Amino acid sequence: MEKRVTFNGRLLPYMLLAPQLLITLVFFYWPAGQAVWQSFLIEDAFGLSTQFVWFENYQILLSKPDYYRTLAITLTFSALVAFLSLSLALLLAVQADKHIKFASGYKTMLIWPYAVAPAIAGVLWLFMFQPSLGLVSHAIRALGVDWNPVLNPDHAFTLVVMAATWKKIAYNFLFFLAGLQAIPKSVIEASAIDGASPMRRFWTITFPLLSPTTFFLLVVNVVYVFFETFGIIDATTGGGPAKATQTLVYKVYHDGKLGADLGGSAAQSVILMLIVIGLTAIQFRYVEKKVQY
Amino acid sequence: MNNVHLRKVGKIYAGGVEALRDIAFDIPDGAFCVLVGPSGCGKSTLLRMVAGLETITSGEISIGDRAVNDLDPSERDIAMVFQNYALYPHMSVYDNMAYGLRNRKTPKPEIEARVQEAARILEIGHLLDRKPRQLSGGQRQRVAMGRAIVRKPRVFLFDEPLSNLDAKLRIQMRVEIKKLQRTLGITSIYVTHDQLEAMTLADMLVVMNKGNIEQVGPPLQLYERPETVFVAGFIGAPPMNLIELPEGGVAGLALENRPVAPVIVGIRPEHFELAPVGTPAPLGISMQITAIEMVGAETYLYGALDGRGREVIVRVAGKAEQQIGERVTAVAERHNLHFFDPATGRRLAVS
Ligand SMILES: Nc1ncnc2c1ncn2[C@@H]1O[C@H](COP(=O)(O)OP(=O)(O)OP(=O)(O)O)[C@@H](O)[C@H]1O
Ligand SMILES: [Mg+2]
Repeated sequence: MEKRVTFNGRLLPYMLLAPQLLITLVFFYWPAGQAVWQSFLIEDAFGLSTQFVWFENYQILLSKPDYYRTLAITLTFSALVAFLSLSLALLLAVQADKHIKFASGYKTMLIWPYAVAPAIAGVLWLFMFQPSLGLVSHAIRALGVDWNPVLNPDHAFTLVVMAATWKKIAYNFLFFLAGLQAIPKSVIEASAIDGASPMRRFWTITFPLLSPTTFFLLVVNVVYVFFETFGIIDATTGGGPAKATQTLVYKVYHDGKLGADLGGSAAQSVILMLIVIGLTAIQFRYVEKKVQY
Repeated sequence: MNNVHLRKVGKIYAGGVEALRDIAFDIPDGAFCVLVGPSGCGKSTLLRMVAGLETITSGEISIGDRAVNDLDPSERDIAMVFQNYALYPHMSVYDNMAYGLRNRKTPKPEIEARVQEAARILEIGHLLDRKPRQLSGGQRQRVAMGRAIVRKPRVFLFDEPLSNLDAKLRIQMRVEIKKLQRTLGITSIYVTHDQLEAMTLADMLVVMNKGNIEQVGPPLQLYERPETVFVAGFIGAPPMNLIELPEGGVAGLALENRPVAPVIVGIRPEHFELAPVGTPAPLGISMQITAIEMVGAETYLYGALDGRGREVIVRVAGKAEQQIGERVTAVAERHNLHFFDPATGRRLAVS
């Protein structure tokens, strides 16, 4: 027997849905529509007149090497952060799954970073790694590295990768831990009896059985790096030095807000929207099918 | 020689639960040893200690004259069939069986040959490409067996492998397991709380209770000469009648040469015979029938001894003509009586 709520009136369900729909419309569909519309317009330099130009904004955007450089940075950035945060979180989750004794304290500590707002996280890392004041910078300098994320693009890039990774580990950790605990103990024990060393047990049993979780997290992490690292980048490096840490999202903001190129910025937003739609589609399509066993 | 020795084995779990105390027995090479006992008595714990899945708190376990206390499960050369089968869900049936051989770097052609051979014995050749979730419970059970036998281990361990099957399949698999173990001749330890399974499978039966061993021996010996009240009540279905006789005796029960001290007298339902009132016999009871259970080939009469409401079960062959409420008398031979000390629960030698 199926349990079902039935409504008497026709109006009630719509009224119950209305607030959610309204929020989605006002904060998502409306701005998205605006962005699409804007991306077809070019404003003159003084903001006096606008012209409908079809795809000219896109053409301009895609003809600039600058855009491809940002794209490459974003891809490298997301690959690094996704890889690092997933593998570190998995390592920590495997440890937490083993040592049940201190697990609760250990878990709480690991989950903290998740509760920290991105901009705050950025500022924390900025302070720690600030060339002249930062504690960590001090230590790195003591090791003989001329640490300067403010001027050195590689150092800046390393800094945002570390901050973004740190921020996402907690989330990944929780999912991996839940995934590990869902694997029946007896299956791992069976593989031990079957003569597999602990390392081999992990790679032939645990890791494949975690693959649905891993794939889900991979998509979530890539989306995160693409869109949610804005706060961290803005607070630590502001996209610099020399645009070395400028991601696609940061560029939207930079070009639109600071460069006042609304049309170009809107075109970038539309491309980003398409990327998210693509990633979401992949997730829905493959999470159910491919990674199942 | 793949015998298993347990010397004064004890287990205390983290948290202080003492699960096993002073467990000591030897399983000869090739024997089928069944551990049986009520839930929570420590059967699984003991099996898992032999497997290496639980640490050994005290004592020593050795397999083939080699102490295994400090060996990882992977180094003990054993195979285990779990209650929930514990098949690898992401691998095909073939890979499930081949996994242990691959881990031991067995050459490919030999893996192929051994898996095919096991599949043939267990009649699962047509399932080799399937994933575990595409199999029925009985088929999964067979795959789990297959995974154990391809390895040709020193010892087989089974933890209630049949408890998830329906009654008919359980009997069928029980027979097959016994046959398989005979042909392969591999030392086996089998855990169950089903005493019928225990009786039919075992060469050597170990009855456990609350972390202790009650008695070890061939099944028939335990049936014929239980050393403790617990074993007497546990082995056999329906269970042995255990009637406590205080110094003054009980109404409705007449016993020749009754010991003076309080005693527990045990008599199996199948050793009673109905007899006319007043028949002279070493043991005679008079009871009022409270329930009748007909199983076909035999009938069980449940009754209460005169005066006190003590329950007694009497087996009669075939169908019974008696009615509920009727009074009957039953007698038993001296050599079928068992006497136990009510204080210690141990068997008494009463002539
Ligand atoms: N991991 C554990 N930690 C603490 N105590 C445990 C643990 N596992 C089992 N025990 C305790 O040890 C005792 C023996 O448990 P065990 O699982 O060996 O019983 P069993 O004879 O297999 O019972 P069953 O027939 O129900 O499977 C029980 O009292 C149980 O509560
Ligand atoms: Mg058990």
